[in-house]
Amino acid sequence: MNLDISHKGNVVVLSLSGEVDMQHAPSLRKQLLSALEERRDVLVDMGAVDYIDSSGIASLVEAYQAARRNGTRFALAAVSDASMRVLQLARLDKVFTIHPSVETGLQAGV
Amino acid sequence: MNGVDRTSSRVAIEVRDLVTHYGERKILKGVSFDILEGEILVIMGGSGSGKSTLLNHLLGLLRPTSGAIRLLGVDITKAPPREMQALRRKMGVAFQGGALFSSMSVGDNIMLPLREHTRLDRKTMEIMARLKMEVVDLAGFENLMPAELSGGMIKRAALARAIVMDPKLLFCDEPSAGLDPVVASSIDDLILRLRDAMGMTIVVVTHELESAFKIADRILVLDKGEIIGLGSVDEIRNSASERIQNLLHRRTEEVELDADAYLRRLTGEE
Repeated sequence: MNLDISHKGNVVVLSLSGEVDMQHAPSLRKQLLSALEERRDVLVDMGAVDYIDSSGIASLVEAYQAARRNGTRFALAAVSDASMRVLQLARLDKVFTIHPSVETGLQAGV
Repeated sequence: MNGVDRTSSRVAIEVRDLVTHYGERKILKGVSFDILEGEILVIMGGSGSGKSTLLNHLLGLLRPTSGAIRLLGVDITKAPPREMQALRRKMGVAFQGGALFSSMSVGDNIMLPLREHTRLDRKTMEIMARLKMEVVDLAGFENLMPAELSGGMIKRAALARAIVMDPKLLFCDEPSAGLDPVVASSIDDLILRLRDAMGMTIVVVTHELESAFKIADRILVLDKGEIIGLGSVDEIRNSASERIQNLLHRRTEEVELDADAYLRRLTGEE
């Protein structure tokens, strides 16, 4: 997994690529929670994710709940079909805010 | 159902010339087959056909007399312990009786493989376990003890534990046996969803015909330690083999009676 971080105003865009599995989920979790601690809005760009397992999904779930507690915004963008199937398995496609692209997410204010 | 493309998929499980014995008795008599990645193979057979023995060999719980079993490229008949341990992290098993630890809550049972095999944060593990409880429709039951669960709930909890590590290979022993038709059907749907969402390769041992026909990409029929049929649901259903049709229609094969041997068995004079 590769994780790139960029800032667009108050929004932290975390761009993930490759395989988000148990080996990499802890660093994803750490980055997500640290962005949220700074009370930033977070947009996770999943456009280049080849595979995400439950540990990666769990990190996203924990971060989303932390954002809701914070009163900050948290959304996913450009979710591939493969990642969407994993989200759908636990009905999380109905829980997360999901934008078709990073641009639309930013336009919507995350 | 998505099914698998047999022309482009890779082999996930390869069994070659598998021969096994219990003592002097030959149980599997040279069994060979492949299972492709993302495929659901259902193993069927009557009592004593060798299907449970075959499953135990696929799980690496028994050592064969001869032959090879390769799971994700690893020959488990020869693999050193460290390689087997790495492989086991990619395998999930839902045992027939659930095999839940009675002294642990349902949630702790499901989380157990994560605690044994990973160093993930406790919060991550808890969410992963709860996600799988949602998937198997056991949400909110994490604090119950196994003794408080119904038969169908135990099977679903066992399945949740089997998939908590997102295994590449999932083995299910009689996942819907003894359940009412509605619950059994929901477990079949779940197995299909797991394959479609996660791309798991799934081996199911069952004697439930309806379930086999619903979930299988291919069915392997074992009888007396030999493969007597291996093909798609339609191929097996329409097979001209009398032995397969007997099995499908639960007809008992008429075995010719050897009166002398029978009397010797009864009187212990063998």
